[in-house]
Amino acid sequence: MTSLLATSTFVQAFQFIGRDGQVPGVPHLPTLIHLTLETLKIAAIGVGISVLIGLPIGLWLGHLHKGSFIAINLGNVWRSLPSLALLAFGVAVLGLGLANVELALIVLAVPPIITNAYVAIDGVEGDAVDAARGTGLTEWQILRQVELPLGIPLIFAGIRTAALFVVSTTTIAALTGYSGSLGDIIDNETSYHLSGVLGAAICIAALALVVELLLAALQRALTPKGLKVTGREDLAGTLTPVVETA
Amino acid sequence: MTGFAAGGPVIPNFGGGASSYACERANRLFCGGWVSRNWSPVLWPALRQHIVLTLIAISIGFVLSMILALIAYRRGWVERPVLIVTSILYTIPSLALFELLEPTFGLTLTTAEIALVSYTLLILFRNTLTGLREVPAEVKDAARGMGMSPRQSLLRVELPLAAPAIIAGLRIAAVTVISLGTVASFIDDQGLGVPILTAISNGVFKTEIVVAGAMAVGLALIADGLLVILQRVLTPWTRAHR
Repeated sequence: MTSLLATSTFVQAFQFIGRDGQVPGVPHLPTLIHLTLETLKIAAIGVGISVLIGLPIGLWLGHLHKGSFIAINLGNVWRSLPSLALLAFGVAVLGLGLANVELALIVLAVPPIITNAYVAIDGVEGDAVDAARGTGLTEWQILRQVELPLGIPLIFAGIRTAALFVVSTTTIAALTGYSGSLGDIIDNETSYHLSGVLGAAICIAALALVVELLLAALQRALTPKGLKVTGREDLAGTLTPVVETA
Repeated sequence: MTGFAAGGPVIPNFGGGASSYACERANRLFCGGWVSRNWSPVLWPALRQHIVLTLIAISIGFVLSMILALIAYRRGWVERPVLIVTSILYTIPSLALFELLEPTFGLTLTTAEIALVSYTLLILFRNTLTGLREVPAEVKDAARGMGMSPRQSLLRVELPLAAPAIIAGLRIAAVTVISLGTVASFIDDQGLGVPILTAISNGVFKTEIVVAGAMAVGLALIADGLLVILQRVLTPWTRAHR
């Protein structure tokens, strides 16, 4: 009986996803599709800014082999930050708005990007770097042409972890009162009923999986041919974002 | 401002003398008086619930991923399907996963625990399997040479040597669960997320947000520290190398 009820709720949820919304200004899009795109937009801004901040820091620290203590421990402390508390704190201090949400996203997304970029570049074999230096490459060329390509898999692991947190946190922002993401529907079961909430949850899950797969595809395209391990490239390897050992 | 002055289930009605509760009225970042008054009715129960929530999730996640990792260690083909499923579970954002479970399990502790457990599986499974596979072949040969059966070798040699990797996984899993446990409050109305959500609905009462958030971070750091100590105790030989 319960399972029957659950099944019918899921059917209604999919109907809800396809239903045309009453979104002011965008009548042609179903509400959920519109909110999915909005969620993606907020998340993309957060990840974009975080990459711009975190990647240069991580790459340069890794190139200099300096600051390992900060780079590594940053990642460990970061994981203990509850996103809900961070968002709520942002609302308390900055007030409600996109700026507060983006700030929380950046705080959550920058550390894994720095840590992974650092570990990636720091771990590039010294022989390869010495050989490059011996052939007369400048430090910038070494980073750009040797260390960066070799570090791509780990660097991307960091960006993918960050993206995962950002998508997740964007939806949680609705619980702190921010309106404009898929979380709005989830936070308002009274208006949208369980079917609507479920529809939104399905959209969030799909969004997260699609973002992961797209970043995985980008990673594969950017990885130098010599580094690609043939045969081991499967869905499991593609979807598994993090190489974590504390 | 007026929103919280109206009083909710947590913030007391600011009656009494005009000078009392001045800090709460001003909604300052930290009101010590509020914390001491609300420690036993609000904060301590939330902390206790959060600890229980975490312990249940980590225990179940540990047992499940241990079983899966041991199977995959013996039968290699199991690794791929387990990785695919646990990766997908790990990828689904917490709020969505809680809601996806709601039609079947309702707004209950079960829903929260299933979701939290599912976030531990990928980390614990992968770390355990990696730890077991990295046991040097010579060591396993030596164990067999001493007359150990495969089961004895697993229990007395391979698992102890994999312990650092397993505990590293436990550290990440515990901290992740404690952090996500605050979001679970939206579903099961338990844990440190409750005061945070209450504070938001009471006109963003700052003290409560700051204190509950700090308690969650503190709990995560303490859990992490305890697991580090556990690792030192369980694997004394790893210290000799440092």
